[in-house]
Amino acid sequence: MSTTITEKVRASLGKRYAREKRFRAYGFISIALSLMFLVLLMFNIFSKGLPAFSSTYIKLDVTLDAQTLGVTADATPEQLRTASYNSVVQKGVQALFPAVEERKQKKALKSLVSGDAQYELQRMVLADPKLIGTNQTVWVLADDDIDMFHKGYVDRTAPEADRRIKDFQLVWLDKLEAEGRIDSQFNTTFFTRGDSREPEQAGILSALMGSVYTMSLTLLFAFPLGVMAAIYLEEFAPKNNFWVDFIEVNINNLASVPSIIFGLLGLAVFIQIFGMPRSSPLVGSFVLTLMILPTIIIASRAALKSVPPSIREGALGIGASKTQSVFHHVVPLAMPGILTGTIIGMAHAVGESAPLLMVGMVAFIVDVPHGITDPATILPVQIYLWADSPERAFTERTSAAIIILLAFMILMNLLAIVLRKQFERRW
Amino acid sequence: MTEATLNMAAAAPQTHKPAAGGREEFAHDITGTVGKPFLDGKDTKFFSRGVNVFYTGNKQAIFDVNVDIGRNEVIAMIGPSGCGKSTFLRCLNRMNDTIAGCRVTGDIRLDGEDIHGKEQDPVLLRARVGMVFQKPNPFPKSIYDNVAYGPRLHGLAANRAELDEIVESSLTKAGLFKEVKDRLQTPGTGLSGGQQQRLCIARTIAVSPEVILMDEPTSALDPIATATIEELIDELRQSFTICIVTHSMQQAARISQRTAYFHMGKLVEVNNTKTVFTNPQHQLTENYITGRFG
Repeated sequence: MSTTITEKVRASLGKRYAREKRFRAYGFISIALSLMFLVLLMFNIFSKGLPAFSSTYIKLDVTLDAQTLGVTADATPEQLRTASYNSVVQKGVQALFPAVEERKQKKALKSLVSGDAQYELQRMVLADPKLIGTNQTVWVLADDDIDMFHKGYVDRTAPEADRRIKDFQLVWLDKLEAEGRIDSQFNTTFFTRGDSREPEQAGILSALMGSVYTMSLTLLFAFPLGVMAAIYLEEFAPKNNFWVDFIEVNINNLASVPSIIFGLLGLAVFIQIFGMPRSSPLVGSFVLTLMILPTIIIASRAALKSVPPSIREGALGIGASKTQSVFHHVVPLAMPGILTGTIIGMAHAVGESAPLLMVGMVAFIVDVPHGITDPATILPVQIYLWADSPERAFTERTSAAIIILLAFMILMNLLAIVLRKQFERRW
Repeated sequence: MTEATLNMAAAAPQTHKPAAGGREEFAHDITGTVGKPFLDGKDTKFFSRGVNVFYTGNKQAIFDVNVDIGRNEVIAMIGPSGCGKSTFLRCLNRMNDTIAGCRVTGDIRLDGEDIHGKEQDPVLLRARVGMVFQKPNPFPKSIYDNVAYGPRLHGLAANRAELDEIVESSLTKAGLFKEVKDRLQTPGTGLSGGQQQRLCIARTIAVSPEVILMDEPTSALDPIATATIEELIDELRQSFTICIVTHSMQQAARISQRTAYFHMGKLVEVNNTKTVFTNPQHQLTENYITGRFG
């Protein structure tokens, strides 16, 4: 009898182990596949985006003489501000190639450097008016086409008509290269400015600040609201009550509503009825709060539910009130789960653009927002706007913005994970 | 006492019907509580008359329980699973209030005060009537904080030194201080099962309750830890009234002065422990203690 059982078990063992191996292989394959795609994606983004962190500069020798600037020696700051720096730049560029006479080529010569060059000079002079009348050597930002060429995106062998850089410009650039007047430097502009129509002057700061403001406010509103709602529903609300069930069903439904609907709601309620400022992080965060509240509530309720009732009874048994037992024991124990739900909600919100289109955060924002009611845009929208721009230089800036968004997200999640570790206790 | 019980169980004449399907058969037998449920006003701590408990859907869990519990006595509540002994225990500190849909009727008095009275606060009641649960449930905090939680909550200590003293004396009374005095700041959940249960007892007595309710406090523990807790209960009797629910008849026989036998939500018999185990007056009690069912 027992031998037959042993034989039967032994006979089935091979099959069982094979199934186990097969299952492990499936798991391994799916992880390998996802990792492969992730690596591919990361490689694509980083290889495209990293060049955007440097930009090309051209060395100019300029003469800041009062006559060209059109100011007198004792000019007021206002006069200095409106002085003709453009002419100084133009003279500086022409000095590089004195032989160029033709009007069209002169224009091309001027556009070697970015439109930002004259403002660079303006900033220098405003900071130190004594510079007037001196000769200065300055590195000014090159135009985005030159930047692209210097980074090697222009194929010299292509027919001239297919190139943004024409043959005569190639000669100039080679000369500049030979004289050491063209160089790559770290792209500080990208981190210190807002959006621009000129790629070389476009920065991520306004979108980043917009995202920082919007996300901070979203966390500020959604976390307490969501956690309090979850605590009430889970710990205090009457059970088997029609209204409580009704609210519960609705929260679950809201979690699956398309996010653009929340945007429409925000537009109709916050902007139309309450007259809040359009495009502002304040309204954006209200909309995102509504969007992620169900996620936070559902996750927090699950976390609260998983705290063993013995802990509640233990506290009640020595005379803690209901509120004390909840806030001294249940909530701290549920905190890791609550924070996980919050991370998921926030990660969802930081990458969301659809609901914010509706409240006007899709705008072209040049100024860095300085408050929660200033017009702002956010990183995903900035990425969308740049991806839509025709200039070649915006392609790498799109990828660079994605890198910034990912870094922002990782930073945010890291913070939450560190917080969660603080709350995790052993049983 | 243990031996006596066991001998009696072995010698009991096997003339009764077998236990199979016996519950319904015996249910109609219970007309009132036999034995000596009342103390006639002598040193009564808990007074309970006509207590009924209903759960959701009017499912009645206990029926018309009348019993007195004396000061500084250990009363054991025994009976088969689902007989309502834990439910009755939880009436005594209104722990049933926390269960949704649970309703308690009847008159329960602590030192003559109606515990369901308007002026009675369940939080205050639970500070006076502490509870130790079946599964050790220390808070996931340090040993010190576990014991100090109650005193802190009720503001029993004016300063740190007083709190230290309360913690030390409570742990000492619970027979745990020697074992943990060097690691008071380590998590209470890191102790062994028996130590955890003693920590829970220390946590309960730190609030200086008048009564301690124990709901199968040793059912999750090994025999050595059980023996330690039983000794402890005997010592605690000097200062507290103790109501203990237990599945072990030997335990009831060892530690209690009086024993109450519950059957299907009804209190069948209450008497001196010795009498219950040697000379049960009700057929159901006898069937239970001789191991016919339960």
